[in-house]
Amino acid sequence: MDLENQARIKELAEEHGKENLMVILGGAEAEASGLACETVTNGDPTFAGPLAGVQLGLSCYHVLEPEIKSEINDDIYEDQISMMEMVLDVEDIVKETKKYRKMYSDFA
Amino acid sequence: MLEGKKVAILGDRDGIPGPAIKECIESTEADEVVFTTTECFV
Repeated sequence: MDLENQARIKELAEEHGKENLMVILGGAEAEASGLACETVTNGDPTFAGPLAGVQLGLSCYHVLEPEIKSEINDDIYEDQISMMEMVLDVEDIVKETKKYRKMYSDFA
Repeated sequence: MLEGKKVAILGDRDGIPGPAIKECIESTEADEVVFTTTECFV
Protein backbone atom coordinates (compact mmCIF):
# COMPACT_ATOMS: atom_id res chain seq x y z
CA MET A 1 0.00 0.00 0.00
CA ASP A 2 1.19 3.47 -0.97
CA LEU A 3 3.28 5.04 1.81
CA GLU A 4 1.49 8.40 1.65
CA ASN A 5 -1.86 6.67 1.98
CA GLN A 6 -0.60 4.76 5.00
CA ALA A 7 0.30 8.07 6.64
CA ARG A 8 -3.12 9.50 5.81
CA ILE A 9 -4.99 6.49 7.25
CA LYS A 10 -2.92 6.72 10.42
CA GLU A 11 -3.77 10.43 10.80
CA LEU A 12 -7.47 9.82 10.13
CA ALA A 13 -7.61 7.03 12.73
CA GLU A 14 -6.09 9.41 15.29
CA GLU A 15 -8.37 12.28 14.28
CA HIS A 16 -11.70 10.43 14.16
CA GLY A 17 -11.03 7.45 16.45
CA LYS A 18 -10.40 3.89 15.26
CA GLU A 19 -13.93 2.82 16.13
CA ASN A 20 -15.45 5.49 13.89
CA LEU A 21 -13.28 5.00 10.81
CA MET A 22 -13.99 2.41 8.16
CA VAL A 23 -11.77 1.62 5.17
CA ILE A 24 -13.39 0.59 1.89
CA LEU A 25 -11.23 -1.02 -0.79
CA GLY A 26 -11.62 -1.20 -4.54
CA GLY A 27 -8.67 -3.46 -5.38
CA ALA A 28 -8.69 -5.42 -8.64
CA GLU A 29 -6.93 -8.45 -7.23
CA ALA A 30 -7.38 -10.65 -4.20
CA GLU A 31 -3.75 -10.44 -3.12
CA ALA A 32 -3.56 -6.62 -3.26
CA SER A 33 -6.90 -6.30 -1.46
CA GLY A 34 -5.78 -8.67 1.28
CA LEU A 35 -2.51 -6.79 1.63
CA ALA A 36 -4.30 -3.45 1.98
CA CYS A 37 -6.67 -4.96 4.56
CA GLU A 38 -3.73 -6.40 6.48
CA THR A 39 -1.97 -3.03 6.41
CA VAL A 40 -4.85 -1.07 7.98
CA THR A 41 -5.54 -3.75 10.59
CA ASN A 42 -2.28 -5.39 11.60
CA GLY A 43 0.27 -2.93 10.18
CA ASP A 44 2.44 -2.79 7.06
CA PRO A 45 3.70 -6.35 6.45
CA THR A 46 6.59 -5.01 4.34
CA PHE A 47 7.72 -2.78 7.25
CA ALA A 48 8.35 0.04 4.77
CA GLY A 49 5.68 2.60 5.64
CA PRO A 50 4.25 4.63 8.51
CA LEU A 51 1.98 1.73 9.50
CA ALA A 52 4.89 -0.67 10.09
CA GLY A 53 4.29 -2.18 13.53
CA VAL A 54 1.12 -0.08 13.97
CA GLN A 55 -1.91 -2.28 14.62
CA LEU A 56 -4.85 0.01 13.94
CA GLY A 57 -7.36 -2.86 13.87
CA LEU A 58 -9.69 -0.83 11.64
CA SER A 59 -12.89 -2.11 10.13
CA CYS A 60 -12.01 -2.82 6.50
CA TYR A 61 -14.21 -4.12 3.69
CA HIS A 62 -14.01 -4.42 -0.07
CA VAL A 63 -16.81 -2.55 -1.83
CA LEU A 64 -17.84 -5.82 -3.54
CA GLU A 65 -18.58 -7.54 -0.21
CA PRO A 66 -22.30 -8.20 0.33
CA GLU A 67 -22.32 -6.31 3.66
CA ILE A 68 -21.36 -3.09 1.85
CA LYS A 69 -23.12 -3.70 -1.44
CA SER A 70 -26.43 -4.15 0.36
CA GLU A 71 -26.24 -0.65 1.85
CA ILE A 72 -25.57 1.11 -1.47
CA ASN A 73 -28.38 2.50 -3.61
CA ASP A 74 -29.08 -0.10 -6.32
CA ASP A 75 -29.07 2.33 -9.25
CA ILE A 76 -25.79 3.95 -8.20
CA TYR A 77 -24.18 0.53 -7.67
CA GLU A 78 -25.33 -0.50 -11.12
CA ASP A 79 -23.86 2.67 -12.68
CA GLN A 80 -20.55 2.73 -10.83
CA ILE A 81 -19.60 -0.84 -9.93
CA SER A 82 -21.54 -3.53 -11.78
CA MET A 83 -19.37 -3.49 -14.91
CA MET A 84 -16.19 -4.18 -12.91
CA GLU A 85 -18.01 -6.68 -10.73
CA MET A 86 -18.52 -8.79 -13.85
CA VAL A 87 -14.83 -8.92 -14.76
CA LEU A 88 -13.20 -9.20 -11.34
CA ASP A 89 -12.80 -12.41 -9.35
CA VAL A 90 -15.25 -11.35 -6.66
CA GLU A 91 -15.14 -14.63 -4.74
CA ASP A 92 -11.35 -14.54 -4.32
CA ILE A 93 -11.26 -10.81 -3.51
CA VAL A 94 -13.95 -11.19 -0.84
CA LYS A 95 -12.32 -14.31 0.63
CA GLU A 96 -8.91 -12.66 0.95
CA THR A 97 -10.19 -9.36 2.38
CA LYS A 98 -12.39 -11.21 4.87
CA LYS A 99 -9.49 -13.44 5.94
CA TYR A 100 -7.40 -10.49 7.16
CA ARG A 101 -10.36 -8.64 8.63
CA LYS A 102 -11.35 -11.68 10.70
CA MET A 103 -7.77 -12.14 11.86
CA TYR A 104 -6.84 -8.58 12.74
CA SER A 105 -9.76 -6.13 12.83
CA ASP A 106 -10.98 -5.06 16.27
CA PHE A 107 -14.30 -3.99 14.77
CA ALA A 108 -15.13 -6.85 12.38
CA MET B 1 -22.94 -1.17 9.26
CA LEU B 2 -21.90 2.09 7.61
CA GLU B 3 -24.30 4.24 9.62
CA GLY B 4 -22.53 7.17 11.25
CA LYS B 5 -19.08 6.06 10.06
CA LYS B 6 -16.26 8.15 8.65
CA VAL B 7 -15.06 6.38 5.54
CA ALA B 8 -11.62 6.26 3.91
CA ILE B 9 -11.62 4.91 0.36
CA LEU B 10 -8.67 3.14 -1.23
CA GLY B 11 -9.71 2.65 -4.85
CA ASP B 12 -7.70 0.94 -7.56
CA ARG B 13 -7.08 2.18 -11.07
CA ASP B 14 -7.43 -1.35 -12.46
CA GLY B 15 -10.29 -2.28 -10.16
CA ILE B 16 -12.84 0.15 -8.80
CA PRO B 17 -11.58 3.76 -8.74
CA GLY B 18 -11.94 5.96 -5.66
CA PRO B 19 -14.56 8.36 -7.08
CA ALA B 20 -16.88 5.47 -8.10
CA ILE B 21 -16.74 4.06 -4.55
CA LYS B 22 -17.25 7.55 -3.12
CA GLU B 23 -20.46 8.02 -5.07
CA CYS B 24 -21.71 4.66 -3.78
CA ILE B 25 -20.81 5.36 -0.15
CA GLU B 26 -22.51 8.74 -0.32
CA SER B 27 -25.77 6.90 -1.04
CA THR B 28 -25.51 5.03 2.28
CA GLU B 29 -26.02 6.02 5.92
CA ALA B 30 -22.27 6.70 6.33
CA ASP B 31 -21.56 10.02 8.05
CA GLU B 32 -18.83 11.30 5.75
CA VAL B 33 -16.22 10.25 3.21
CA VAL B 34 -13.05 11.68 4.77
CA PHE B 35 -10.50 10.42 2.23
CA THR B 36 -10.60 9.11 -1.31
CA THR B 37 -7.69 7.92 -3.39
CA THR B 38 -7.08 5.69 -6.38
CA GLU B 39 -3.97 3.57 -6.09
CA CYS B 40 -2.02 2.13 -8.96
CA PHE B 41 -0.46 -1.24 -8.22
CA VAL B 42 1.45 -1.56 -11.49
